[in-house]
Amino acid sequence: MKFGIYPGCSLTGSARDYNESVFALAEAFELEFTQIPDWNCCGATAAHNLNKELSLALPARILALAEKNGLDEIIVPCAACYSRLVVTQHELKKDPELKNRISEVIEMDYKGTSRILNVIEWIDKYIIPQLDAKIVNQFRYKVACYYGCLLVRPNKVLNYDRAEDPQTMDIVMTKLGATPIDYPYKTECCGAGFSISRTDIVSKLSGKIIEDAEHRGADAIIVACPMCHSNLDMRRPDINKYWKTEYNIPVIFVTQAIGQ
Amino acid sequence: MARIGVFVCHCGENISATVDCGKVADTIGKLKHVAYSTEYKYMCSDPGQTLIKDAIREHKLTGVVVSACSPRMHEPTFRKACAEGGLNPFLCEMANLREHCSWVHEKNELTTEKAIDIIRTQVEKVKLNSALQPIRVPVTKTSMVIGGGIAGIQAALDIANCGHKVVMVERSPSIGGHMSQLSETFPTLDCSQCILTPRMVEVAQHPNITLYTYAEVESVEGFIGNFKVKIRKKAKSLDEKACTGCGLCTTKCPQKKIPNEFEQGMGMRPAIYVPFPQAVPNRPVIDKEHCTYYIKGKCKVCEIVCPTKAIRFDQPDEILDLEIGAIVVSTGFDIKHADFFPEYGYGKYKDVIDGLQFERLASASGPTAGAILRPSDGQVPKNIVFIACAGSRDPAKGIAYCSKICCMYTAKHAMLYKHKVHEGNAHVFYMDIRSGGKNYDEFVRRAIEEDYVNYIRGRVSTVYERDGKLIVKGVDTLLGAQPVEIVADMVVLATAGVANPGAEELAQKLHVSYDSHKFFAEAHPKLKPVETNTAGIFLAGACQNPKDIPDSVSQASGAAVKVAALFSQNGLTREPLVAFVNRTAPPMYSTCVGCFLCQSVCPYQAIEREDFKTRDGKIIKTVAKINEGLCQGCGTCVALCRSKSIDLYGYSNNQVYAEVVALLNEF
Ligand SMILES: Cc1cc2nc3c(=O)[nH]c(=O)nc-3n(C[C@H](O)[C@H](O)[C@H](O)COP(=O)(O)OP(=O)(O)OC[C@H]3O[C@@H](n4cnc5c(N)ncnc54)[C@H](O)[C@@H]3O)c2cc1C
Ligand code: SF4
Ligand code: SF4
Ligand code: SF4
Ligand code: SF4
Repeated sequence: MKFGIYPGCSLTGSARDYNESVFALAEAFELEFTQIPDWNCCGATAAHNLNKELSLALPARILALAEKNGLDEIIVPCAACYSRLVVTQHELKKDPELKNRISEVIEMDYKGTSRILNVIEWIDKYIIPQLDAKIVNQFRYKVACYYGCLLVRPNKVLNYDRAEDPQTMDIVMTKLGATPIDYPYKTECCGAGFSISRTDIVSKLSGKIIEDAEHRGADAIIVACPMCHSNLDMRRPDINKYWKTEYNIPVIFVTQAIGQ
Repeated sequence: MARIGVFVCHCGENISATVDCGKVADTIGKLKHVAYSTEYKYMCSDPGQTLIKDAIREHKLTGVVVSACSPRMHEPTFRKACAEGGLNPFLCEMANLREHCSWVHEKNELTTEKAIDIIRTQVEKVKLNSALQPIRVPVTKTSMVIGGGIAGIQAALDIANCGHKVVMVERSPSIGGHMSQLSETFPTLDCSQCILTPRMVEVAQHPNITLYTYAEVESVEGFIGNFKVKIRKKAKSLDEKACTGCGLCTTKCPQKKIPNEFEQGMGMRPAIYVPFPQAVPNRPVIDKEHCTYYIKGKCKVCEIVCPTKAIRFDQPDEILDLEIGAIVVSTGFDIKHADFFPEYGYGKYKDVIDGLQFERLASASGPTAGAILRPSDGQVPKNIVFIACAGSRDPAKGIAYCSKICCMYTAKHAMLYKHKVHEGNAHVFYMDIRSGGKNYDEFVRRAIEEDYVNYIRGRVSTVYERDGKLIVKGVDTLLGAQPVEIVADMVVLATAGVANPGAEELAQKLHVSYDSHKFFAEAHPKLKPVETNTAGIFLAGACQNPKDIPDSVSQASGAAVKVAALFSQNGLTREPLVAFVNRTAPPMYSTCVGCFLCQSVCPYQAIEREDFKTRDGKIIKTVAKINEGLCQGCGTCVALCRSKSIDLYGYSNNQVYAEVVALLNEF
């Protein structure tokens, strides 16, 4: 099976561990990845605040490159990139005129035919069916599945899982042997892009997410987004300082949980 | 020779602001066969009508064209005026200069020209009109009330007390509707059952009322005064005459774990059950979906214990054919339940309940005998949160309207809670307090000022459970949008009132309109609030939109008066604008060839067969014939008939051609 993969900037930088675990999984399950050649920035949080056309053109170019290289299914591990790509596909499908305009901007043909999978969809579709044959160690832990904001929202566009109390990651984790807890902070804000500019806000918001998971006796918080990971994990010293706590619950990527 | 009178109305300024009415009247006056043409500010006013009447006499008019508003608005007015002027009312036509011209165009030459064109078509048409006589149809003086909630009960009693027969059809095993589930009622806090049950009994005992419970309307055909209704009486698996209502069967039935609908799922009932102790009729039914005998073929305990041998397992559904003159629809409403709210836990928290469940908790006859105990562990909640507008006024949830009753019942609930749990704290999250109504706002103020209910203006974003408590996160918009977090023991959602399941199907059976929320639609939002767009079918209660008991009852009495007024006449007159199949001399009898294609397309089953026979009874020819009582003049058959044997009185092919030709001909 051959897939396209769009790593985006995080997976080549702060979330290299995520990247490695995705590739390791693919290898273990004999799934072949082709990185989309000459990929560019998805626009992230900045582009759509500045210029609508740019915010659509950037992801459209990525999708067009995938089409050109015959990759009809692409995996996007970062939740923010995933959101940008799906939103672009949705907007351009809705408005054929805009689609033509964007094609002109990127100087490439864009059809919008690629299927975009987030990492949970990918695991559910390609890993879980082979899991029993390959599993060495079941992930027998109590876990808090943290989806963050972008994996399931905007619900009408993504059409993926439910916006309040989503389930897909919980289901995948159950299949891996874990016990997901009833966790009300699944989609509460972690502070997102304030990671750099306002660490105090991140500390406050992420601290609540961690506190509730610890309080409910979770052994780990499972995430599927590099941004969530860096806020909940990399910012842990700031969080503990802000709340005067000593939280040490690990935050791991869903792909790491399988590879463990 | 035709002598047509044309009367151009200004409609105040509605028409004259964009159409040059003087020029229109002048131009039309010059047309051949137009004997008189004039203009006036308000043609529908008394002087306007007098103008028409006088002109008919003075100018010996043979036809009238009133050029004014839509015929839907004033055709009856002007037809009546013509009749009073001595002209057959069907020789009067209307040219719609307002909706079709002045309202939709700018003021200019072309608009005036269009007005002239519209009138010309009607002048050509009216020349071909013929004098018609209204059709008389009889009225069956029996009404049907669908739905036995408080609205249906009131309507049935009012009609019955006027001396007319009523058939009441109720879907569930007992009448009473939602009111029978309520504890105490705003704004007086009198006990709901105490004021309702005597009326339920009155319905059952009234000599003019026939009650069918556990029954549904199967089909409705016909028209005002002459509906033909089929009712399905679902099998109760019981001989109702033999049953004495002793209730032994219900105590012995081994199936005891069926969620009780009357208790909103907060109690259990057996498979053979009476919905509540004061039910009318007070006889059990077997719920076939849950009865062991119907599922597995074994049990029959009820049959064995029944002292009068009243159980009938093989009882079939019964279909009743009824002749009905008028129908009152009072099928009520439903509410959304907690599982509709993802943000409040999709219904997974036992202590997040809806308003009707709270009513049952607060009711002396409820599962806790009136004590406010939370469902999860039976503890008295010390902190209770009420969330108003749950679902209502929320376009994101598809319910943009205000449910109207929930502000009031939330105040009532908070008050009842405080009266029962003195040391407890009650909080209400609200958007606005809508308490218009006699003594209503005073009632809400009492909750706030005398019972110290804490009203917080703001929405609740989420409710979740932690350590056995419900965490309610909201905002106080009167304190500068400050976040509020309340640790509660129980949460009550004042969920949106919605249409009853099955409302859409019923509306389609009855051919009445309904809105996008499946509430039944009134004929006019202001002036015909109890009528539907189908003559002879009226509305009462919350099936039209959520409303409280006083409103439901008033509307029910309104509907009852409409029925009584209809039944006060011995017959009805109908407009004779119906189809007819031509008749010619023998041996042809009609150009109809008897293919009866028309019969298969008529949406009203109005086409019958007529046999022409020799003296000794041999059939010579069978041709189509229109039942004038049933025909609605839709014209479908006219368009379909291959031999052009059908035409429509008042809208004949020739009349329509004349209109078209008038437009095609250069003027
Ligand atoms: C929680 C709550 C508290 C309330 N408290 C108050 C209060 O304190 N004071 C007040 O004035 N109002 C109160 N109300 C409003 C009150 O319940 C309604 O005004 C009243 O019930 C409306 O009566 P109805 O007959 O129109 O409808 P319903 O009570 O809904 O009755 C409709 C009847 O029609 C039957 N039916 C439905 N469909 C069919 C069908 N297809 N064929 C045959 N039968 C059918 C049903 O079984 C039912 O018996 C409250 C409402 C709620 C939800
Ligand atoms: S036959 Fe059905 S209704 Fe009768 S006792 Fe058994 S389970 Fe109950
Ligand atoms: S009546 Fe009050 S609680 Fe109910 S929808 Fe209207 S404003 Fe909201
Ligand atoms: S369609 Fe015309 S010809 Fe055929 S039965 Fe009807 S009226 Fe007669
Ligand atoms: S005009 Fe319409 S309602 Fe009347 S007979 Fe013809 S098809 Fe039926």
